[in-house]
Amino acid sequence: MKPTIVTEGLRKRFGTKIALDGLDLTVDAGTVLGVLGPNGAGKTTAVRILTTLLRPDAGHAEVAGFDVVRQPDRVRAGIGLVGQNAAVDEALSARQNLELFGRLYHLSTAAARARAGELLDRFDLADTGGKAVKRFSGGMRRRLDLAASLILSPKVLFLDEPTTGLDPRGRTEVWAAVRGLVAAGTTVLLTTQYLDEADQLADRIAVVDTGKVIAEGTPEALKSDLGGDRLDVVLHDAAALPGAAEVVATVTGARPETDADARRVSAPVRDRVAALTDAVRALHDARIGVEDIGLRRPTLDEVFLHLTGHLTGHGADEEVPA
Amino acid sequence: MTVPWALVDGWTVTRRDLMHWLREPAPVIIGLLFPVLMVLMFGFLFGGAMAIPGTADYTEFLLPGMFAMTMAFGMEATMIAVSTDAQRGVTDRFRSMPMSPSAVVVGRCGADLLNSVAGLVVIIGCGLLMGWRAHGSVGATLGAVGLLLLLRFALLWVGIFLGLVVRNPEAVGAVQILVWPVTFLSSTFVAPATMPGWLGTIAEWNPLSSTAAAARELFGNPGWGGDSWIAEHAVLMAVVWPLVLVAIFFPLSVRRYQRLSR
Ligand SMILES: Nc1ncnc2c1ncn2[C@@H]1O[C@H](COP(=O)(O)OP(=O)(O)O)[C@@H](O)[C@H]1O
Ligand SMILES: [Mg+2]
Repeated sequence: MKPTIVTEGLRKRFGTKIALDGLDLTVDAGTVLGVLGPNGAGKTTAVRILTTLLRPDAGHAEVAGFDVVRQPDRVRAGIGLVGQNAAVDEALSARQNLELFGRLYHLSTAAARARAGELLDRFDLADTGGKAVKRFSGGMRRRLDLAASLILSPKVLFLDEPTTGLDPRGRTEVWAAVRGLVAAGTTVLLTTQYLDEADQLADRIAVVDTGKVIAEGTPEALKSDLGGDRLDVVLHDAAALPGAAEVVATVTGARPETDADARRVSAPVRDRVAALTDAVRALHDARIGVEDIGLRRPTLDEVFLHLTGHLTGHGADEEVPA
Repeated sequence: MTVPWALVDGWTVTRRDLMHWLREPAPVIIGLLFPVLMVLMFGFLFGGAMAIPGTADYTEFLLPGMFAMTMAFGMEATMIAVSTDAQRGVTDRFRSMPMSPSAVVVGRCGADLLNSVAGLVVIIGCGLLMGWRAHGSVGATLGAVGLLLLLRFALLWVGIFLGLVVRNPEAVGAVQILVWPVTFLSSTFVAPATMPGWLGTIAEWNPLSSTAAAARELFGNPGWGGDSWIAEHAVLMAVVWPLVLVAIFFPLSVRRYQRLSR
């Protein structure tokens, strides 16, 4: 079967700034693609092109079998978009918003009202009554935004950073809503800066940097691409970090990373068990106090660092979702 | 015959603004009362100091100018509404939906003209209370109201264009501040003849002056007695200026709107 979303060699420039530099994506029907990349990677530009808001300079894109440039009306009739800002009317109530958008989707007044009622129930907004959206929490606003893009039950849904700026509770609410849609068979393209979000929601992940895909695969496959497991050593005392790093480097033959806050040294390993036993012995011999030691699969943060040579958009000082 | 979707959807978008008025009446009421405040200020506070050549009745001179100014201030409301929707992503949501593409603008137009009619009713009511009267025929009076709304219609397109160009709230504020000198640098409050030569000329050629002068003429209120070409062809220019503005800003707005997708 033909994929539901295809882009081939999408290019887009804003003045001298290259936003998309030959982007290739495919999303099969009923699956979730997580487009993962730091700020400025070109995620929003790609979503805007796929939702007919922006024309590409070059390349080709199809959604549900329709060309986004030549058949924008057909595309619009079959998609839902949840943009980076919650695009709802702040002054109106949740119900008024949904009825308004329902009318603009050309539902009759009665049908728009009925559909609004269904969606309010489904997204747990029924008890907001006449309250204006501007008094909603971030999570409620996002859920309303999501509800508004589902009025016609689109087969394809685009979510551009759906949880950016939400507190952990709002994030959990939105994740639950997205999982519900996926279970009902909706094809989803979702962009995110959060590695765990892609890991949680996506069947496949496309890692995007400076306008192109630099890696693509299932979350599992991406992790093993990095070269298997990692050895983690947590110390009693951060002062011992340099010494421990030296020991780990000798044992694994790789350059370890150290994290002073977590008092942790970690490095990729090839021979799992040998590396672990060697490390335990060598650390003991060097009289370095170890709190915890173990093997684990790499995180997507490490995948990103490995692929791009630089860290993702959010640094250690910014809030990272749990 | 079925009504075209552009109108049906446009009416839905207009209704959205009407719902705003019901839900948040304060800004609308302030918008309607602000010109009233200006009239009271200029009529009673400064009025005694204002001398218009050839007439002793400043109120009769002032009111048509205030009507034109009310139309000009409406432009800010248009600009703010358009730029807020663009910033919040509401415009993008509309554009990603299978609705009529022109409905966004048609709806804006409907809502703002309704608002302007309300604004005009309030300020005319205020004028009547202050003793201002239309002395012309019914036809001339309606003509004057028509010219005022024509100016508002033209400024609607200026507002839509500026709202699409000016994206951040600070810049919107800056444009709002610029509207002030533009409205004051006209014959709305004073006779351009009392200004330094070049400033007076600019004021005379201000589209607002032509509409204000045409309204004075058609309402049978005293003018300021200018004898330049532009002052003597006020009614003509009150038609020409708005058409020129529409001819410039309608295509610019359409292009800007389409450029959202480039
Ligand atoms: N309308 C625009 N005008 C100029 N530059 C833009 C515009 N939209 C995006 N860009 C630039 O293109 C690049 C990609 O942006 P974007 O697609 O928004 O990235 P992301 O969503 O991944 O953060 C960025 O460098 C951004 O500054
Ligand atoms: Mg973005």
